[in-house]
Amino acid sequence: MATRSSALARPTAFVADAEADARFTARKNRLMWRRRLLPLAAAILLIALWQFTVVFFEIRPFIAPSPLAVAYTLVDRFGILMQNLLPTAIEAFLGFLIGNFAAIALATAFVHNKTVEEAFFPIVVLINTIPVVAKAPILVLLMGNGIEPKVAIAALICFFPTLVNMTRGLTAVNPQALELMRVLSASDREIFWKLRVYNSLPYLFSALKIAASTSVIGAIVAEWIGTTTGIGALIIEATYKFDSPMLYATVFVGASFSVAFFFLITVIERLVVKWEPQAVH
Amino acid sequence: MTALAVACDRVDVRFTTERGTVTALHEVSLDVEDGAFLTMLGPSGCGKSTLLRVVADLIEPSKGALRVLGRSPREARSKREIGFVFQDSALLAWRSVLANVELPLEVGGGASIAGHTASPRELLELVGLKGWEDAYPHELSGGMRQRVAIARALVTRPRLLLMDEPFGALDEITRDRLNEELLRVWEQTRTTILFVTHSLYEAAFLGQKVLMLAANPGRVREIVPIDLPYPRRLALRETPEFVRLVARLRAVLETC
Ligand SMILES: Nc1ncnc2c1ncn2[C@@H]1O[C@H](COP(=O)(O)OP(=O)(O)OP(=O)(O)O)[C@@H](O)[C@H]1O
Ligand SMILES: [Mg+2]
Repeated sequence: MATRSSALARPTAFVADAEADARFTARKNRLMWRRRLLPLAAAILLIALWQFTVVFFEIRPFIAPSPLAVAYTLVDRFGILMQNLLPTAIEAFLGFLIGNFAAIALATAFVHNKTVEEAFFPIVVLINTIPVVAKAPILVLLMGNGIEPKVAIAALICFFPTLVNMTRGLTAVNPQALELMRVLSASDREIFWKLRVYNSLPYLFSALKIAASTSVIGAIVAEWIGTTTGIGALIIEATYKFDSPMLYATVFVGASFSVAFFFLITVIERLVVKWEPQAVH
Repeated sequence: MTALAVACDRVDVRFTTERGTVTALHEVSLDVEDGAFLTMLGPSGCGKSTLLRVVADLIEPSKGALRVLGRSPREARSKREIGFVFQDSALLAWRSVLANVELPLEVGGGASIAGHTASPRELLELVGLKGWEDAYPHELSGGMRQRVAIARALVTRPRLLLMDEPFGALDEITRDRLNEELLRVWEQTRTTILFVTHSLYEAAFLGQKVLMLAANPGRVREIVPIDLPYPRRLALRETPEFVRLVARLRAVLETC
């Protein structure tokens, strides 16, 4: 890419300085690798330390497994782990869709009608203060033992952060941009679609990134109550059997899924929100 | 009918807030001829922005009569005859430079005035931004952003351009250059310009007349004519006449 010269540039001032470009790219690459390799090195170090501690102090497997034992279980029981990841992933994903969709719809209603906001926001806050572990049994009683209560919990857990962020994003528009729209005689509809919606997207994506990991947590917690499949059920079962390598392996699989979901949202964000100056990743 | 761009007759603007009522403008009477360049000076809070905002129909006068281009401000606004440039360029971050300039054509029935709009690309060339059509606002400097805002305000070919400290946030060199460019734009488009500034030099360099407002309540103190020929170049500011005019403006401003 051509480097654009700075502030007082005359039109079409694209200065082609290949050497400066090359230096800039090299520096950027170096920084990028540093950022990737340092955490990796630290992680390897910590795992090595863990292995050493377990072996050296002869910690018994039902208290804490060695990383090697966990790795062995991951490979050995890969099939059963994946079999149980699937329902959890479906619940988390459905909950993510439903919860965020509802939050976006309600935020839109809030922006169009102040009365709706004043009436419902306190109730939403109240429901949000009930911990998930307390909401889960209530929903299981209400909805039975199927997939529904898990999806509902995952949806509920996504709902609040998205509602708050989306409402903020739709309302916190630049006041001068709003005045501009009025000078242009723009209708409320045009202001919504051409100004508010775009303005809200960066806010929405920061909420969706939170929701990507919390929806998985929601699904797992919901599975703790009366289910025989899913990551949550597997965690309970492994704990009950003192099968610590299996417990750790299950947690690892659940966490990996969360991280993958998070990265998926980050990638979509980068494709959609192109206008924000992006930090070097 | 007289060719008046703005006719204000004893206009009052009051704001009622929790802390009581503020009279932002009191008995402001003002005639601005079509095609004129009027600059406005006054202490902070004297109602300069408020005056532009009543003219643009963003607020309504509490009292008095106001005609814009021979119509009510609302009609003038909905006929897209008013352009507004703010201190903060208020560009939409998610739109490219070109798309920002095209915005006025997309909203508020902008399509209905198609045919007598200006070409966004030509306007960008006019403000010296040819080649930057596809850039995004965050890639531009402050001065370039204000140029885009000016191009955007001109795209509906407004007969009245309102500018509220458009160069207030820029460094002096950029501001000087944009002052010269704005005069060129004015000479080419012959649109009426009302321009608010805090700089005595800018007020005297740009305007045919300088409207001086006094504060508490905001009212017209004096209208100082600037009898210097156009086209004006920056070197004009070194001339004794110019220096004398600025001294005069400063003296009046001290009594505001
Ligand atoms: N929306 C509003 N509500 C209440 N008071 C307002 C409002 N807008 C302006 N005012 C008051 O009206 C007066 C004039 O404000 P205005 O913004 O027009 O001043 P100004 O001359 O543009 O000042 P500055 O040079 O600082 O921009 C001020 O006292 C201000 O507090
Ligand atoms: Mg102001």
